[in-house]
Amino acid sequence: MTTTDDAPMAAPGAAAPALLEADGVGKYFGSVRALSGVSLSVHPGQVTCVLGDNGAGKSTLIKILSGVFTPDEGEVRVDGAAVKFHSPRDALSAGIATVFQDLAMVPLMAIWRNFFLGSEPTKGWGPWRRFDVEAARRRTREGLAAMGIDLRDPDQPVGTLSGGERQSVAIARAVHFGARVLILDEPTSALGVKQAGVVLRRVAQARERGLGVVFITHNPHHAYPVGDRFVVLNRGRLLGDWAKDEIGREDLVRLMSGGAELDALSHELERIPGLEELAPDPAVAPEEQATAAPSEAVHAAPAEAPRAAPEEDG
Amino acid sequence: MTSADTAVARPDEAGPPPAGPPAADPGAGDGRGGQAGALTRILRRPALGALLGAVAVFVLFTITDSTPQHLWLTQTGFQAWAQQAAFFGIMAVPVGLLMIGGEFDLSTGGMTGFCAIIMALLVGNEHWNAWAAVAVTFAFGAVVGAVNGIVVTRSGLPSFIVTLATYFVFRGLSVGGVLKVNHGSTSIGLTGTDHPGLKSAKDVFGGSFAHSSGLPVGYQTGILWFAGVTVVAVWVLARTRFGNWVFAVGGDADAARKVGVPVRRTKILLFMTTSTAAALVGVISFLQTNTAVSEQGVGYEFYYIIAAVVGGCLLTGGHGSALGAALGACIIGMALQGVIYSGWDSSWDFTFLGAILFLAVAVNTLTYQRAMRARR
Ligand SMILES: Nc1ncnc2c1ncn2[C@@H]1O[C@H](COP(=O)(O)OP(=O)(O)O)[C@@H](O)[C@H]1O
Ligand SMILES: [Mg+2]
Repeated sequence: MTTTDDAPMAAPGAAAPALLEADGVGKYFGSVRALSGVSLSVHPGQVTCVLGDNGAGKSTLIKILSGVFTPDEGEVRVDGAAVKFHSPRDALSAGIATVFQDLAMVPLMAIWRNFFLGSEPTKGWGPWRRFDVEAARRRTREGLAAMGIDLRDPDQPVGTLSGGERQSVAIARAVHFGARVLILDEPTSALGVKQAGVVLRRVAQARERGLGVVFITHNPHHAYPVGDRFVVLNRGRLLGDWAKDEIGREDLVRLMSGGAELDALSHELERIPGLEELAPDPAVAPEEQATAAPSEAVHAAPAEAPRAAPEEDG
Repeated sequence: MTSADTAVARPDEAGPPPAGPPAADPGAGDGRGGQAGALTRILRRPALGALLGAVAVFVLFTITDSTPQHLWLTQTGFQAWAQQAAFFGIMAVPVGLLMIGGEFDLSTGGMTGFCAIIMALLVGNEHWNAWAAVAVTFAFGAVVGAVNGIVVTRSGLPSFIVTLATYFVFRGLSVGGVLKVNHGSTSIGLTGTDHPGLKSAKDVFGGSFAHSSGLPVGYQTGILWFAGVTVVAVWVLARTRFGNWVFAVGGDADAARKVGVPVRRTKILLFMTTSTAAALVGVISFLQTNTAVSEQGVGYEFYYIIAAVVGGCLLTGGHGSALGAALGACIIGMALQGVIYSGWDSSWDFTFLGAILFLAVAVNTLTYQRAMRARR
């Protein structure tokens, strides 16, 4: 179940080596073991979800995959070959793009200026070398459209977009710049139900385009509809790694809620007068339950959506 | 809120009807048009407030002009305020860029005077070729800016404090240093006009052009420098990678760094731009007047900042316009000269400028907030 051998994975594209693999990686901060012996793999056209409570080590794991940290133990492999990333730039040039929680976008700047920030297309020579503004606008429009995002006005400052739209633009940017693997750190955690649905749709769209996606979340209701594999972390250790047909939504919810641990807690809380309302399944907040339905619908739609991308190989 | 959300990224786009066009073809005529409202687009232009302000101030002084031949509307009036505007604008524009980049430079005013003194010492006392003196003054300006920028970006101290320190250092030098090398006098002037290279340098920096019967003295070349600085700054900001980085480092330096923008380099270059512009103003002022005085330019840093803020540059960085800063300088130029043309006591300058600053900031903040909210 926690094997790093990807052969038994009965998934499309299983013959090819994983796009990106972590094999027994670990990371220490001084004497604090943030992560230890964790493995996962990402295949083209698949979404690997990384689940876990706060402090479980999700961010640490994706920082290893995206080149922010080098692992203290284990190794990272791209296309089956071991790699050592020293910076996010290294990961990026291997086709691994990360959308961090804060998105790395400047709210006051227009969408198209943000889209190409740091990688502006230029034209002209010498002192006349300049930002190809027309190309930037056009390609922003195209890049967004390819991900199914239709913004009326690319001149709109990013700060005026809703949370889901902002995430969508960040994802479209990563895809446009030729990412093969997309790592998303809690892209839905700060969003309402509707906005989370918008983002899950982008995740599905990226998958349809053949990217491998690592989707970090602490919400099983967001993970289940779009995920192909589920990697669950607990206190820096791998709790398990399941393909979708090996685990049901209810199991995932229970796992995430800490299973037995929380059952015990809820018993304990039941005995405290005035806290009865906390007792029934404390892991599933009402808001999260509400999320489940729309995200399932989201999952169904893109499966039959035509591929919008004219340039699939990026 | 929610209706706007769905209008922008519509849920049905991921699963269009089977025979439909590819998902989300932009401009697939669904009647929503491709653009934001015209009003939103105009409000988003940070120079708008300054443009309206400049027109208003111009009209005001056209009405209050109390000169016998209504000189305000003649070349004489134009020359007077344009030259004043140029004097402030050559600095206000780079100060505006720096402000968009999220930093302040309080040493600018003092630097203009100090650079004039360097010119005066090199040409007047040391009898250098004027062009060599110009080159050294520019190099000095660039180095001071680089030091300001490196200290700010390396130390993490607010640029306000770092450049305040620079300002005091040069203010002290411009008094104490000049008294020492100039035998107790705070004014350094040229004796004679036969210094090597002086005439051609004067033609470029301190000369005049477009002499006519209506205006025998012509316009100072400083006006051309002002126009040139403005055009280059507008172009750089709107049409170069560097311009994109200026907005980014002022708007969110962390985000900019993450996507590979060289944040430090961008900021250091901006500091170098303001201090090199200060050298330009120093060179121009010395070559126009043949003299330099201790503490010349002290206090002008606030005029530059006022011009930039009136021009729509956000004090907190990330938003603004070079054209706006230039228009802000024009407003200041008109205000200072208009008060004279109206026959008012020039003590009212400051009150007038304060009122303009307040009005402009109010208008800019309102339009800015509207533009940021507008999601129609
Ligand atoms: N830079 C750091 N220095 C010290 N401890 C850290 C650092 N980053 C994370 N940790 C610790 O590592 C553990 C895992 O954190 P993290 O990966 O952020 O979890 P998650 O993203 O799942 O909430 C936590 O106990 C956290 O305190
Ligand atoms: Mg985290």
